[in-house]
Amino acid sequence: MLNRTADNVARATPEPLARKVRGISDKGLAWLFISPTILLLLAINIFPLFWAIYLSFTNFRANRPNEVVKNLGFSNYQRILGDQDIWIAMQTTAHFVFWTILLQTLIGFTLAWLIDRKFRGHAFWTTLILVPMMLSPAVVGNFWRFLYEPQIGLFSYVISFVSGIPPTNIQMLSNVSLAPWSIVIVDTWMWTPYVMLICLAGLRSIPEYIYEAAEVDRASNWRQFWSITLPMALPFIMLAVLFRGIENFKMFDMVNLLTGGGPGSTTEVASITLKRQAFESWRTGYSSAFAIILFVAVFGLANIYVKALNKVKQR
Amino acid sequence: MKSSLKLALGLASAALASTAVSNAAHAEDLTLCWAAWDPANALVELSKDFTKETGIGMKFEFVPWTNYADRFLNELNSHGKLCDLIIGDSQWIGGAAENGHYVKLNDFFDKEKISMDDFVPATVVGYSEWPKNTPNYWALPAMGDVVGWTYRKDWFSKPELQKEFKEKYGWDLGPPATFDQLKQIAEFFQKRQIDGKTVYGASIYTERGSEGITMGAMDVLYSYGFQYENPKKPYEMEGFVNSEKSAKGLEFYKALYDCCTPPGASNSYMGEGVDAFKSGQVAMHMNFAFTWPGLQKDENVGGDKIGYFVNPKGPDGDQFAQLGGQGISVVSYSDKQESALKYIKWFANKDVQAKWWSLGGYSCLNAVVKDPKFPASQPYAQTFLDSMAIVKDFWAEPSYAPLLQASQKRFHDYVVAGQGSAKDALDGLVKDWSQVFQDDGKM
Repeated sequence: MLNRTADNVARATPEPLARKVRGISDKGLAWLFISPTILLLLAINIFPLFWAIYLSFTNFRANRPNEVVKNLGFSNYQRILGDQDIWIAMQTTAHFVFWTILLQTLIGFTLAWLIDRKFRGHAFWTTLILVPMMLSPAVVGNFWRFLYEPQIGLFSYVISFVSGIPPTNIQMLSNVSLAPWSIVIVDTWMWTPYVMLICLAGLRSIPEYIYEAAEVDRASNWRQFWSITLPMALPFIMLAVLFRGIENFKMFDMVNLLTGGGPGSTTEVASITLKRQAFESWRTGYSSAFAIILFVAVFGLANIYVKALNKVKQR
Repeated sequence: MKSSLKLALGLASAALASTAVSNAAHAEDLTLCWAAWDPANALVELSKDFTKETGIGMKFEFVPWTNYADRFLNELNSHGKLCDLIIGDSQWIGGAAENGHYVKLNDFFDKEKISMDDFVPATVVGYSEWPKNTPNYWALPAMGDVVGWTYRKDWFSKPELQKEFKEKYGWDLGPPATFDQLKQIAEFFQKRQIDGKTVYGASIYTERGSEGITMGAMDVLYSYGFQYENPKKPYEMEGFVNSEKSAKGLEFYKALYDCCTPPGASNSYMGEGVDAFKSGQVAMHMNFAFTWPGLQKDENVGGDKIGYFVNPKGPDGDQFAQLGGQGISVVSYSDKQESALKYIKWFANKDVQAKWWSLGGYSCLNAVVKDPKFPASQPYAQTFLDSMAIVKDFWAEPSYAPLLQASQKRFHDYVVAGQGSAKDALDGLVKDWSQVFQDDGKM
């Protein structure tokens, strides 16, 4: 039936058009199909990137459209790289990325390893563990802000119950030493399930016969873990680290909701600084330069990391 | 069949015609943009009279304070046509005037005989003029506002507390006249048990994201001798912004934050302050005057339980307060400027301004605020008048945003995070502000 319809359509196509269509090669046809997507990508990804690169060399400010735009050369880049506040924000970001990844990987892998034991009710626990990841960051941020409240927050009361410190003295979001940890805790709570899922996929991909062979060789559980489980799951763990690293490098929502970068600038990560420069101070040229620097940094680090990942996979 | 066809066509034409008429009626509807807060609700109520008088409908676009500047400055910068009228913040006036966002109102005022001499002088300078202190008007003063204080009159009048306070500090517990007295009262109430509940000294502005801590710190710094620039040499800030007196003022603000605010109040602004006062957590509360009508009506803390006082004096007897409030402007990208100007003319009318005050808005018209009955019209009216007489405002330069961001960072780093000294913070501020003015080619 379909063939007959197609034949009819082909017969009904005017000869000049039919000749043209017959003239399109497979490659041409492929380009024809992917060109809308390519055009869309050019419009919403590539063009803004090049436009931002152009703006990064100027003094353009989006809130002063009538002002003459001057070319500043590398002046914006020099100012950013010489700005102590920017380096502090980068350090804060690095601390945040390091601790969240470390905790999420350790806890995520442990949970995956436990879930992989396939104990009774493991499916229920897997679903339960995944819940935080399914929530919106806006909901999580607001929810934890209440939990951290020193006067009414549940978190403060639990810590107070355990430690004996009065809850009003546990000021997670106001205390300079505690505020960075408050964000690390929330991010770990929310995204550990994601790392767990990837690790679980890695653990499940290890063929059972390898363990059986190890059993025959009388390898201990500890030995099996270090010689089979960990090396074979390592590419997956590294992949999870890569995903979380990129995500946390540009982390904005959680920090903005929980501390807004405060107290002072204690939790001001690079993305918050960027947002302030771009949309509060309206230094569009300057913030474009900062965005390009961040992009190059993430891109460069990710490339090095991917190369390392490939090496691990090839072993 | 024919007649039913005719009937159907007739009905269809009538429906089309009525849609066209209703569209024509809506075509002239004006959209007014402002912050989402209590006075905005009063303005909705007030504007019904405008629609009744002129037939011009009013639509409103209100945005919460936290997004107010972002949302509407984006709208103006992108030359959007959403707002025909805008009640923009006082600090926007320089940028809005220089970038052509607002319609200049001088000719209109002359034509309609609206005189700026009829308005409270501080509001004209603060909300309408750019450059400051020149007769170039870009807005009509719409909502007078200033930072002042509320206190728990019922707690202050408890005999046992009065006795204890007098014994401890040697003066009668009452609204403070100086900042030192204010701190003594705050210390006295901090972590005190009142009616079986732990209460705290004061709620002050500490918010980091928008403008909170700057508004709060400046409210104190002015009375300690802070000046934005050399009065004889514009943009010269060294020795004025970071003077010894300014540093003392900032140290005081930090001391007040450290000793006497509720736990976790490291990011408080208008809403959090109101919540702290309404929930009976604090004895005193720093906030803009617009919050007072709502607090006065509150069942738990309003009525006889609340009192108001003007920002206290500094150590040398200087007394200033941070200006808030806004003017109403016509957006130059609007297609309905004529109707928008009609609204401004109507709003400037004395009777409308009197009703505006009665509904909870703060009129800036002399005829209203200098009326002999005004001070007794509300329990907070006299405090409002006294406060408006001592106002100072933040920079209203086109670059106000980076200037504000710099002070937010420097003040929060020192006051809340405890980094460095007050002098370091103010030296850093001079450096940041100088950079902004250098970028603008003003230094």
